[in-house]
Amino acid sequence: MAIDPSLLREIIMDHYEYPRNKELVDDNGYLSRHMASDSCIDDITVQAKIEDGTIKDCRFDGTACTIATSSTSIMTELVVDKSVREAKEIVDNYFSMIDQKEFDEDLLEEAIAFQGVGKQANRINCATIGWKALREMLKESEGDSNE
Amino acid sequence: MDNNKIRQDFPILRRTMGGCPLVYFDNGATTLKPQPVIDAVVNYYTYLGANAHRGDYEMSGQVDEAFEGARKRAQKYLNAADVSEIVFTSGSSMGLNEVAIMVTRQFLKEGDVVLSDESEHASSYLPWTQAGKDKGVNVEFIPLDEEGKITVENFKKALHDNVKVVAFAQVSNVLGFEAPVKEIVKICHERDILVVVDGAQSTPHLPIDVQDLDVDFFALSAHKMCGPTGIGVLYGKKKYLDVLEPVFYGGESNARYTKCDLVLKDSPLKFESGTQPIEAVLGMKAAMDYIDSIGKDKIHAYEVELKKYFLEKTKDMENLIVYNRNSESGIVTFNMMDNGKMIFSQDVASYLNTKGIAVRSGQHCAKLLPDILGAPGTIRASFYFYNTKEEIDYFVEQLKTVTMANCINIFF
Repeated sequence: MAIDPSLLREIIMDHYEYPRNKELVDDNGYLSRHMASDSCIDDITVQAKIEDGTIKDCRFDGTACTIATSSTSIMTELVVDKSVREAKEIVDNYFSMIDQKEFDEDLLEEAIAFQGVGKQANRINCATIGWKALREMLKESEGDSNE
Repeated sequence: MDNNKIRQDFPILRRTMGGCPLVYFDNGATTLKPQPVIDAVVNYYTYLGANAHRGDYEMSGQVDEAFEGARKRAQKYLNAADVSEIVFTSGSSMGLNEVAIMVTRQFLKEGDVVLSDESEHASSYLPWTQAGKDKGVNVEFIPLDEEGKITVENFKKALHDNVKVVAFAQVSNVLGFEAPVKEIVKICHERDILVVVDGAQSTPHLPIDVQDLDVDFFALSAHKMCGPTGIGVLYGKKKYLDVLEPVFYGGESNARYTKCDLVLKDSPLKFESGTQPIEAVLGMKAAMDYIDSIGKDKIHAYEVELKKYFLEKTKDMENLIVYNRNSESGIVTFNMMDNGKMIFSQDVASYLNTKGIAVRSGQHCAKLLPDILGAPGTIRASFYFYNTKEEIDYFVEQLKTVTMANCINIFF
């Protein structure tokens, strides 16, 4: 796959400078995860509203670097209106991409901009901090539905 | 100071990083090791070998001589009055924790206050909050001035009758300002207040005379002054070390014990339970020899010269914010702007990494300071005597190429 790197860079820049869904809500209907990196100063909270097995809304806020902010911003757009099962597949593919394994790029859309993040090994955490928060909340939502 | 000759002593300076010659500007985090330090460590493994204070054979005797010789060397390095005032620790963090625990347990009572400040490294501040929380001993802050410095005037403002300990760094690890230790100590001792100084960032650069400073406790880490990791010194005045009871117990620290009685050895051995990192102790001695052979006056003057050179070279860079222009040290703490927006410090540090330049980004273990600086994080370039003006030329050249876009390009 040969996508112009400058295009991928533009995606990251755009989501960093104009992050989407970057505002938390005070609503008990949302699951919430605070993620504070212990190795850098990324400090974000991700919220997800999951109803009837569907992600109705996903948002975040906090202080974070370009990679953490833009990767989380892209994620919030990507998973809205997806079922929990679909969202999990997206998340799994994203982590496969980060780990340099095979992944379905069609599922990841703009998130493919982070496929080279492993070049700077210490930044993998930045590209996954928001995604880990969502992965935990997806698990939590399933736990609830099984009860 | 023959910089080229000095650089020959550091084999690691021949390595590359990211395919570029290594430019190591993270000396505030740890320093590189010269060959004599490496040789001292290796000599323990390849020749000396035995434990200290244990055996009746030649090897063991040689280790004892080298080990206790290293203690005498440390005494001289700090100009301590007595060799029993030199306790080996794993580094400043351990020394400062031990002091906080011992002093809180034996000397402090509910309502007593420890004074510190918001520029402190976690290792100078947290031990006191944690040691004191069950006893009702609180930590209060000396207000910092607008540059982030401790001043005598502000110190006096924070002082009150319940203050029993003052704990702070001689040199701040983020900004490089030197605190007025002697003046503060003088005021404290008029009021029977103990002074505990974190010397992690001062010892590598400034001549230290604990008797002249008159501090009660002083901690240092060898690895920040060209020595091995995992070793440091806690200096304490004899009158305090004699009465303090150690945090740790075990072999080596006790003279004898029965089921109902324990007799500890005298200081410093009562504070050194278990086998010490002997090779690191010997490496620390070699580091002290090495640093003194160059001379700390020269080292400090050279670092300050490097910083001035950097500031002069970058004076027209409008997108560079330097937070500590006025500190007399080799530390430059800064951020970079792009189109009026601050680039996140870690993005800049990662970009510089691709150019072979090692700097630190973030909060530098001083997590209360960002509020004072008004930035969530900073980039810290900390110079040492083996750095050169040519490296700074290259650094400045690379800083001039820092943009948000270039910081992201490293991922493609």
